[in-house]
Order: sequence, then structure tokens, then C-alpha cells
Amino acid sequence: MNTDSVQQLDDVVIKFAGDSGDGMQLTGSQFTNNTALLGIDLSTFPDFPAEIRAPQGTLPGVSGFQLHFSSNRIYTAGDSCDVLVAMNAAALKTNLKSLKKGGAIIANADGFDVKNLRLANYPEGENPLEDGLLQDYNVHVIDITKMTREVLKDSPLGMKEKDRAKNMFVLGFLYWMYDRDMESTISFLNTKFSKAADILESNLNVLKAGYHFGETTEAFGSRYHISKARMEPGRYRSITGNTALAYGLIAASQQSGLPLFLGSYPITPASDILHELSKHKNFGVRTFQAEDEIAGISSAIGASYGGQMGITTTSGPGMALKSEAMGLAVMLEIPLLIMDIQRGGPSTGLPTKTEQSDLLQAYYGRNGECPMPVVAACTPSDCFNTVFEAFRISVQHMTPVIFLSDGYLANGAEPWHFPNSAELPKIKVNFKPARENEEELFQPYVRDENLVRAWAIPGTKGLEHRIGGLEKQHITGNVSYDPENHQLMVKIRQEKVDKIADDIPLQTIDHGPESGKVLVLGWGSTYGAIKSAVNELLADGFSVAHAHLRYLRPFPKNLGTILKNYEKVLIPEMNNGQLIKIIRDQFLTDATGYNKIMGIPMTKQELVVKIRELL
Amino acid sequence: MEATVSIPKPLTAKDFASDQEVRWCPGCGDYSILKQVQTVMPTLGIPRENFVLISGIGCSSRFPYYMNIYGMHSIHGRATAIASGLKATRPELSVWIVTGDGDSLSIGGNHVIHILRRNFDVNIMLFNNQIYGLTKGQYSPTSEEHKVTKSTPFGSIDHPFNPAALAMGADGSFVARTMDRDPKHLQDMLKRAHAHKGTSFLEIYQNCNIFNDGAFEIYTDKGTKAEETLFMEQGKPLIFGAQKNKGIKIDGLKPVVVSLTDGYSPDDLWVHDEQDFYKAQMLTRFFDDPHGEQHLPRPFGVFYDISRPTYEDVMVQQIIEAKAKKPADLDALLAGKETWTIAE
Repeated sequence: MNTDSVQQLDDVVIKFAGDSGDGMQLTGSQFTNNTALLGIDLSTFPDFPAEIRAPQGTLPGVSGFQLHFSSNRIYTAGDSCDVLVAMNAAALKTNLKSLKKGGAIIANADGFDVKNLRLANYPEGENPLEDGLLQDYNVHVIDITKMTREVLKDSPLGMKEKDRAKNMFVLGFLYWMYDRDMESTISFLNTKFSKAADILESNLNVLKAGYHFGETTEAFGSRYHISKARMEPGRYRSITGNTALAYGLIAASQQSGLPLFLGSYPITPASDILHELSKHKNFGVRTFQAEDEIAGISSAIGASYGGQMGITTTSGPGMALKSEAMGLAVMLEIPLLIMDIQRGGPSTGLPTKTEQSDLLQAYYGRNGECPMPVVAACTPSDCFNTVFEAFRISVQHMTPVIFLSDGYLANGAEPWHFPNSAELPKIKVNFKPARENEEELFQPYVRDENLVRAWAIPGTKGLEHRIGGLEKQHITGNVSYDPENHQLMVKIRQEKVDKIADDIPLQTIDHGPESGKVLVLGWGSTYGAIKSAVNELLADGFSVAHAHLRYLRPFPKNLGTILKNYEKVLIPEMNNGQLIKIIRDQFLTDATGYNKIMGIPMTKQELVVKIRELL
Repeated sequence: MEATVSIPKPLTAKDFASDQEVRWCPGCGDYSILKQVQTVMPTLGIPRENFVLISGIGCSSRFPYYMNIYGMHSIHGRATAIASGLKATRPELSVWIVTGDGDSLSIGGNHVIHILRRNFDVNIMLFNNQIYGLTKGQYSPTSEEHKVTKSTPFGSIDHPFNPAALAMGADGSFVARTMDRDPKHLQDMLKRAHAHKGTSFLEIYQNCNIFNDGAFEIYTDKGTKAEETLFMEQGKPLIFGAQKNKGIKIDGLKPVVVSLTDGYSPDDLWVHDEQDFYKAQMLTRFFDDPHGEQHLPRPFGVFYDISRPTYEDVMVQQIIEAKAKKPADLDALLAGKETWTIAE
């Protein structure tokens, strides 16, 4: 009989790994929602192959979902796992290195048959489950496939469909193991399969069977319970970066009164923004799946020219294709948002893996002197706030703005203390009003004190004018080849972007002393890993601080001063050293880089080691 | 006191000319097209501020600078894509696109076929001069085979596009052809393009007197025009020739030229029907080398004009329906379906 003792734990990392057809992403996200609803802090890292269905059972076909949950505040998906669910031999082989010594392996026996072992490249006759290779771990072999089939023996479904329910067995078992109520998943299945009674029934039965298996088997002595995290009071939901980004755009649209137009071409890992925005036509959102990346941004330019908020979403290779059009937007001086959800590069690179290697492209990747503001989000939910800021800057400074996220932020989830719409600031939009008296010619490149020109949209009487990609004459906007004028206009366009520094908050220190030995300066999705590492070192009494940049171009005005307040500056990046070049260029800071270019997020531990080298 | 109603004075071509000096080469076919556009636009009953002209890159794409309406001289090949975004968001505007054979069929070819299938209500004026003018004389995607140009000293190997047939292939809803040297026909075609709701594809034969002079002379010269051109008119038999004594007859699946003095009467001829997809397909394929024996005449006029829903109308309809079904509620959106509360 089950002892049913429940043990309290603070912090657990589970990795669900299986074949890409095994439903691991669904299993992971269901467990995540269930965890979130209990008020437990969490962070996720979905890790899947670029191939939709790589050959079954092979190493490239392994899809993983890592979930870190805790009764303390956490900021990363976890360096290594406590529990590894391995649906087949390939999943075990690929993920074993990320399992802690002493960690638990839950293995699906059927996934370790001769065929699967061979596909996972285990030597002939070797089975890791039987050969004592896993002595350092706590291994539980469950015949998930067999039991799933047994539960469904009377179901009218075919064998293939029956086997597809086996992820529900795993989920049910884990719900038992972590002392959970299954209601969230039962209600999810009821909705998802409301029109497929047989599939609904099979999923529900297998889910329950997994739970009961935990209850009745003697192999698992203990269950675990994680308490609520001590989080700021308020209402929470779980959110991924791409969803937060889409919501941030809709919120900014509502707060500005500017309807959204998204011109986009599908590309991993940005496509989910297109999917999400296309659902919200009731907010007046127009989505346009263009014929290519260039048409995506070009149509967005057309929308912005017409007085809506033109947006384009993409990833590195698509960003490269948009460069010329971005230059046009800089010349036209109209609002436009370019969302680059970075992935491993160059070229097609690693489509489903995360990287921060487009910063220099965002900064410099266009012909001519072509400055554009650049902002970057640091956590999934921060995509909401950062894109709201990008929108505000773009409209109020009449400039295209680049927003950087990455695959880790895009697909990762975390709890979000979401705002009330009444708390959100309004974004003021000034269209140039119509003129009845047309004695004087309208001059489109007259600027205000921030060097911002007027947004004069077609359909406005008395403002008929021509703009384009050729160099503009200062004030009149007429085509000009005058040497002095070109120099003047290049300088003005630069100064206009530089002046945005007056309109953004000063840089703050996220954690740690205002001056000291080491400053760790980060940007983007390394936020959680840096924060966790710095927290640990601060607790150990080291003189280290963390600053994280949201505004990358222009930088906050006090950044130079902050950099001088520390003996050493460490800049960790998931690229070959990009922010560090810009920091050296602008501040002559002799910073040290830490560069991880493996397509996977940084871990806290590797950062602790690196920072300690500098202390 | 008597109420005074101010009647706005009707606009003229002069009101549509900008203050910028026109800088095309003297003798360029573009001058005539500019003049006809400036003449036609004031007659269309649209406030001047509602006209927008978007162009790409090339000689023809300088066009917006010379028009006193809203205009954008954009980047090479992308005018159709930019216009798509503008029309999607501002359906009430009258959006015109000026492009050339290189701009629209080479670098921008992709966007042209896609705007045609989507059927945004815009008017494309494709100035076809069968040469790259702005870059000083390379062959274009409409240049004839074997053409010797700066980039093809041994003659071009490329097979040219037939723009009207391409537009039909992309399911364009309005396909027409005219020429710079027939102002009246050009004006008529501009009016027809405007009247059509959907993407209007108007190919305009335009002479580049510097790099490809006389490319269309056989269709414009008084001595040859009547024999070499076929002016299509809705509901009328296809008749051409200086003496109006030749006609087109369908022989099985093949169009043939017959002589009306040789036993055939107009009743035997092919009657033009702009709504007939198959006939329009065939007519756009009248693309023979005019110097070949037994060639067909080159058709001018409207090949095809049908009505199908425009992209922007359906897009707006979807938004109206979505709003009626579920009013926008930002707080409900942000909260989603599953939330939890952390107490004080």
C-alpha cells in the first residue's frame, strides 16, 4: 500500500523529454498551468527540434520542456533537473547530462526496446535501464505504453490514437507525485476535445490511470508538496514572451487610439505573435500574412504612412531581408515597430534555439548612416512593458524602433502580475490637422524641439506632400543632392535618436551596491541567470551588482557614470561579444565578456564561476 | 441674413501639378502619361487630399514628385507592398501605383503577383519601356530576346515576360494595355482603371527615347499603327486595319486573322467580352513579333474586367463582425481564462 507521506520541497526542476510526437510540450504546459494556479513561482524552457517530426525515436527528434517551480522567487528555468521524464532512449541520452546526480528518472519501458535503443545509438545489446549505467540516479521504469493500451482496451480508437494518450499517463502520475488536483487539465481536455468524445474519454481515462498508478504502486514511497511562493500580492496569470508581446501591442494600441497593422511572414520563433494578434480583430487589429519578409515590413510602412501603427515581426534572417525597408522608414521618419525574436545564426542557423546575436544587426545592419532606437525585453512578461515603451517612443519620436526578444523569452513562461488597464499610461498621438488656407506650402520636415517632424497622413486637406527614400532637403522635404544639406540631415537624424535619451528612465541597479568590485551588465533574456547568480554571491558577501539594459539605443544618460562606479565590468551575452563592443565604443570601458553561443540559456552556476574569477 | 454656400471651385490639371521641376529626359514618354494623369484625376470626383501615389525606383517612379497629391517615392520593387498596407488600413483613399518594367516585373515581381491575387482596390500603372533607363540602358525582363544592351553585348538570352498574360495568370481582376502616344486612349484607360473596384493592372507602352527609342513605334507610327494594333471594345467584333477590313475569328481554339473583303462578315468575328476569362487569356497571348509573317495584331484596351471581393473590404468586414461578436475588453484580454490571486 501507498504510504502517502507528503514531503515538503522548496524547489523542483522537471524536464519532460520525448519524441516530438509524444506530446511533451502539451504535457509540460499543462503541468505549468496547474503549478501557476497554485501560486507557485515558475519559469519554463521549451526546447524543441526545428523538424516538426524528425524520424521517430532518433536523437534529433527529441522534444523537451523544462519547468522550474518553487516556493521562493525564481528567475530561470533551472540549471539542471531534479526529475527527468524520458519517454524513449533518445530522450534519456539527450538529456541525461542536465540531470542532477541523485535525480529521478521516470522512463517509459516501451521506449527502451531494441529498436529505440538502436535509434538512440546505444551500442548493440546495451540498455541503460538494465546495465547499471544509471547507478547515480533514482530510476523508475514504468511501462507507460502497455498500461495506456490496457486502460484503452475497450476504446474504439485505433492503436496509434490510443498510444497518443500516453503523455496523459505521465501527467496524471506527476500530478499524484506532486500532490496536485487535476481539475485544470480535466477542464482543458473537455474544451479541447468537446467534439471528439472518444478521444476525450481516452485522455481522461489515461490521465486518471496515471494518477491511480502512483497511488497504488509501492515503488514510490513519497509525494512532494511545494508551497505557494511569497510573491507580491495581486492577480496573476501565466504568460509566454510572445503572448505578452502581442498583448503589449494591443494595450498600447488601446492607450493611443492607433489601430494596429501587422505585416508579417511566418518565421520561427516569431510566428506565434502573428497567430496571437490575428485572433484579436475585435480590437481592430489588422494582420496581413505577406508574401515575404520584405512585403511584411513594406506593408507595415504603408500602414504607418496612413496613420495606423505599422508592425512587423521576424527573426534574424528575416530582419536581414527587411534592412532596406528599415532604411526607408528612417528616411520617411514615420512610426514603425520591428520585432526581432532572435534565434541562433548566421544564415538559417538554429531556428528553434535561442541566441542574442542580432544586436549588432539591429544597431548597424543597414546601408548608410541609419540610426534607430533599440530596446530589449528581459523576461517573458517584460515583453509587455518593453513593447509598450517601444510603441510610445516610435509614435512620439516619429521613428522606427527595433524591439529585441529571443527564442527563450518567446516560448518561456512565467507568472505575470498583469496590470489593470486603468494603470496603463496614455500614449499621445498628434496628427497634423487639416489646413483650409493653403497659401503657404506645407513643409513636411519642419521639426519640433525634439527634432520630431509632424505626422501628416493622407486624406488630410491642405497637407498634400511627397516623401521618399531620396535625401530630403531640411524643412521642405524636397529631393536634395546638396552636400551641406546631406551632412546636416545625417547629423539631424542621429541627434533625433540621441535625444530620446531625455525621454527614457535613468538606468538603475537591479541588485547589489551602487559601487563596488564587479558590475554584471546584461541585456535581454540573460536577466534571470544573472540575477540568480548575483543574488547568490551577494548572499555570500561579495561586492557585486547587476544592471540590466532595456534601452540599448540610445543608452540611458547615466550609464557611463554607473560603469565607472565599479572596478570591473562583466558583460555576459549569448553571442560572441556584441554589447561589449558597443560599450567599449561609447564609454571606453575595458569590460570583460562571457559568451555562451550554444543555443541554450545561460545557467546561474556558470555565471557564478565566471563572476568569482573577477572578484 | 442670407446664408452663403461656398461652392468649391472645380479643380483642374494645374491643381494636380506640384511645384517641382520635371526632370525626365526631353522627349520621354513619361511626359505624356503625367499630363494625362493630371488631366484625368480632377475629373474623378475625389477630393485631392484623398489621392495617394506610391512608386518604387526607376525613371517612372519619380512621378509622385510632380503631382500635387500625397505621394511616396519608395524603394525598388516594393510600391505594391507598401500600397497594400496603406489600402488595408485606409480603404477610403484612392491609391495609385507607378512602376516600371524593371521595378514591377524584376525586383518587385513577387509583390505584383500577390497584390493581383489579393485584389486590393488600387490602380497599377506599369510604364513598360522594355529597358532599364535610370541605370543607363541594361535589358529588362520585358526586353526582347537577342537584344543588345550594355549588359548583353552578345544579345540577351532572357525570354521576356508578357505582362498582361502574367497579370491574367495571377488572377488579376482588371487587365488593360494602352500607350503613351495615344492620349485619348490613355485617358480612357486611366478612367477605366479607376472605375474598376479591385486591382487594376494597366500596362502603358512608354517610349524611352534615350536607351530604347522606337521600341513600340510600329504600334504608334501613323503608317503602321492601324495594321498592327487591335483596339478592343466591349461587345464589338475584333476589327482592325487601316480600311477596317480585317478581323479576328476563332478557328477551333485558335485565333486567326480573316479578311472582311474575302467572304467574311463582322458576324463571323470574335466579339469582345471583358468578362470572358478564356477569351481574355487568349487575347493577352497576342504577343507575336510584329515583324514575323502571319502575326496577330497587338491588342490595346481592356482585356479583362470582372468583379470579385477586394481584400480590404473583406478585412474590414471581419473586423466589424469580430467587434459585434465580442467587444474589445483589454482587462479581460490581459487576465485571460486562468488567474490566481496572491493575498496581502
